[in-house]
Amino acid sequence: MRKNAVAKESKPAVVPDKGWRKVVPWVIAAVMGLWIASGLHTTKNTTEYKVEEFSQMPVVLNGRVQPWDSVAKNSLLMLRGKASVIISEKPEDEIGYFEKMRLRREGKYKKMSAMQWILEAMTQPDIADTRRVFRIDNQEVLSTLKLPIERKFFSFNEVRPEFDKISEEARRIAEQRIDPAAQTAYQKGVVKTHFAVNTFFQIKNSLRPENRENFTEAVLAGREKVEPGLAALAKAQNKEEHDLEALQGIMAMFREYDMLATIAYPLIIPPKEGKKREEWTNIGTALKETLRGSEIPKPVLAYTRMADAYGSQKAEEFNKVVDEYRAFLAGTFTPELKKGAQENFFNHYAPFIKSIAVYLVAFLFGCAFWMSWSSWTRRTAFYLVVIAAVVHTSGLIFRMYLEARPPVTNLYSSAIFVGWGAVLLGILLERIWRDGIGLVTASAVGVTTLIIAHNLSLGGDTMEMMRAVLDTNFWLATHVVVITLGYSAMFVAGFLAILFVVRGVFTKTLGAETARALNRMVYGILCFATLFSFVGTILGGIWADQSWGRFWGWDPKENGALLIVIWCAVVLHARWGGMIRDRGLMAMAIGGSIITAFSWFGVNMLGVGLHSYGFMDAAFKWLMAFNASQLVFIALSLMPFKYWRSFQQVAPAGKPKQDDAGLAGAKPAAA
Amino acid sequence: MLSKVVNFFTSLKLTVACLVLALGLVFIGTIAQVRLGLWIVQAQYFGSWFVMWGPQGASWKIPVFPGGYLIGTVLLVNLIAAHIKRFELSKKKFGIFVIHAGLILLLVGQLTTQLYQVESFMAIEEGGQKNYSESERTAELAIIDVTDTNDNFVVAIPQQILQKQNEIRHERLPFTVRVQKFSENSLPSIEQGKIKFTEKSLEVSMNKINIPAVTVEFVTDEGAKGPFSVSSWQTRKQFVQMMAEGFESSFDRSMIEPAKFSYKGREYEVTLRGRRYYKDFTLALHDFRFDRYMGTAIPKNFSSRVTLINPNTQENREINIYMNNPLRYGGETFYQSSFEPDESGTVLQVVRNPSWLVPYISCLMVSVGLIAQFMYHLVGFAKKRRA
Repeated sequence: MRKNAVAKESKPAVVPDKGWRKVVPWVIAAVMGLWIASGLHTTKNTTEYKVEEFSQMPVVLNGRVQPWDSVAKNSLLMLRGKASVIISEKPEDEIGYFEKMRLRREGKYKKMSAMQWILEAMTQPDIADTRRVFRIDNQEVLSTLKLPIERKFFSFNEVRPEFDKISEEARRIAEQRIDPAAQTAYQKGVVKTHFAVNTFFQIKNSLRPENRENFTEAVLAGREKVEPGLAALAKAQNKEEHDLEALQGIMAMFREYDMLATIAYPLIIPPKEGKKREEWTNIGTALKETLRGSEIPKPVLAYTRMADAYGSQKAEEFNKVVDEYRAFLAGTFTPELKKGAQENFFNHYAPFIKSIAVYLVAFLFGCAFWMSWSSWTRRTAFYLVVIAAVVHTSGLIFRMYLEARPPVTNLYSSAIFVGWGAVLLGILLERIWRDGIGLVTASAVGVTTLIIAHNLSLGGDTMEMMRAVLDTNFWLATHVVVITLGYSAMFVAGFLAILFVVRGVFTKTLGAETARALNRMVYGILCFATLFSFVGTILGGIWADQSWGRFWGWDPKENGALLIVIWCAVVLHARWGGMIRDRGLMAMAIGGSIITAFSWFGVNMLGVGLHSYGFMDAAFKWLMAFNASQLVFIALSLMPFKYWRSFQQVAPAGKPKQDDAGLAGAKPAAA
Repeated sequence: MLSKVVNFFTSLKLTVACLVLALGLVFIGTIAQVRLGLWIVQAQYFGSWFVMWGPQGASWKIPVFPGGYLIGTVLLVNLIAAHIKRFELSKKKFGIFVIHAGLILLLVGQLTTQLYQVESFMAIEEGGQKNYSESERTAELAIIDVTDTNDNFVVAIPQQILQKQNEIRHERLPFTVRVQKFSENSLPSIEQGKIKFTEKSLEVSMNKINIPAVTVEFVTDEGAKGPFSVSSWQTRKQFVQMMAEGFESSFDRSMIEPAKFSYKGREYEVTLRGRRYYKDFTLALHDFRFDRYMGTAIPKNFSSRVTLINPNTQENREINIYMNNPLRYGGETFYQSSFEPDESGTVLQVVRNPSWLVPYISCLMVSVGLIAQFMYHLVGFAKKRRA
């Protein structure tokens, strides 16, 4: 009898859907679905140039075939942390929100896509030098460069005057071989800025030397001079009388092509017939080969003509050459062309960025459900989480297909996968309990991890090749996937515990039945986490035994994984032994998130060991902030129940035997 | 009284306490690696009974935290005792039992690994061959009788003895070895055309190792020979290369020659080298490969094509050792670990670990146990909800 009474008063009646409420969830889901679908068709060109067709063409960078589009996006992300450039007269840091709106209306504030930017940099370097593409945060670096510290984004022209000092400093750091972990913030800033400016310089010299206007003509004219030049060279070597002008001509070409060969950024010239499929070269190397008397390869001329046409604003000519070159690639390089187009499509689709938005809306509807208890809000949240999960999953599969790898290959993809695992667990919980908890958990953890992933993607190419020891799909598919699912479970358990605390302490919505449900969820998920963390850790040990010759080496990453396993063991044993009850379980589950975050990111920041492959330090502050927030929740969870709003009616303040006994009504089922 | 002891060692509270301490130990041990490096932490935190602490420079130290051995042992006793006491054969307890049996096996396996595992390396030049591996971290003083050019006679004194004893006698040596100074880590310098080794503080970072040096003299009835100062700097190819680069023109090859002296008509050479482990087979290296991804310096694979020659078993076969694909032979495992800077030779890591299979078995047991246990509960939960 008592149990029923508690249940009734603790779970408010859900308002059933009538009238418009039946339709609204479907409408919202349809709008979101349409918004995502709109990204599926390839973007149309916004100018008369066939930029879109160009952006799909394959080149090689970081050891893999990728479209120009990826080169452009990843370079720009590395340089300025965003995949587009702002074009406005006034520096964007100095424009307020309303001013921005006004300037945008007047057409004085525009966004330029990464692809347009890279084409401009490669063909109109003078204009590109005025674009504010370098993000510099370190104040000491800014003062070395004599730049205003109130601003973040600077153009090459602004950086150039004092850049020698940065080069000098960067050279010194490289010479002294200062370990990245031991570098000061200033030194890191110097290295980063130096690298960014260098990359920009490389990009500008990818299609033709940046000071050349009609490079095609020069190349063709140069080719005519090769034979006389070679003849003069042979004579000069035999100390015979020779044509000095012809000799100087070929020497000048050699110098120019050689410079281009050393600095050009991606490898844009596909291998010649008879060569291995991997042997791509850059334009300088390809041109250098023509100095031995071979014909100029078609792709070289195609690229110089495209560069000349784009640089001198001849759209018709540019489009013509793009079509010709694509037709040429379609003949011999069909797989590469296809890969380029697919990855380009993936970049436009941007599944993970879009999922962030959908999860966020779902989260709001999930919270709204607890305030209104109207069924339609929960249904909306459910549909949205499912849509986001589908998009999330499709992105994951697409990435696996593009890379021909299991889902987790680096820190970036681990963030995406942790989120994905958490979302699936959340949906599962919602299917069982149908009380919005699973939805809020799925969407909150989904959003957070995808935002983390987005920030990690600013480091550059997220589909980089796997270094020797990691080049094994078997271990990536087993150890890495299992351990990452363990992380997902730990974060889900931690988040559920936070819901328990927040709803219990600050609201009256944590009834006895919900409390009991949460208790079971946390316990169940922790069991799941124990299983995956343990098996994943041992699999990692076996991998280490296979590749380094020791099962366990007390390496920080191994220790991090072990900490999770031990933590789970402590929680489970303490619960079985009755040493902790509701509040203890919740506090420890939240603590588990701290341990997991340490294992996931913290150990990479220690900068020791074989495993630290993903070092970064801006993340350190965020990690500390996360830990601090979790500690606050732990502190809240440890407050006696008499201070929790949800339990104040159940057990009026002042009565003894409250604390955990205050939840005694929730206990019988567990006992 | 006995029941109190039994209760203590079988209690769940003890389990939780040990686990919490283990958690603390692993955490501080991980953080300490930043300061002390992996090897020292392994010895002082995980491979010890107590973590000791003393103020810098002081000669005394006090235990401040239980070490890996202590926690591991208590946990092991606790585990075994609790299982003997509470063991029952039932469907409900089956999973729990298998999990913990697997854990006991894992702990015991790790203990034997810690005690019996021997790591060494084998550096082979392309076209060359070797029948021994060398220790990376411990050295030996080799006194070689080179009088007979065909058949050398070697007495090797391990580092542990050099560190402990000042005077060493060996039945095959007609003199006494007197250790004047042993430095676990040393730095070479050149003074007036001669190489000198001075003591240096121990390395902490994981990828750096200590390079020992020793000054010895040989006490004979003709008086003392020496003193000679020899170091591993002179015997490892990579260190010699470092010296050649560092000292540039002031370095010459005579500086890496062994110390020499003669006594009663016999010629002796003295060197300090990595401790050697001889095998009854030979590995010959044909080719070392370092593959990179196109247009980058990112390593794709390292591999060594070797021939294994064992006169005892008449074996003579070709093997490819590469990343994640070691050679297991003669109770040892050979891993592709490193290579000579100019890619002209390979470095194989050689590990002898008699209990290498244990983790595989215990992993299987624990996984089966965990899955069985959770399935049991899940089925129960599902039934209850359906009801």
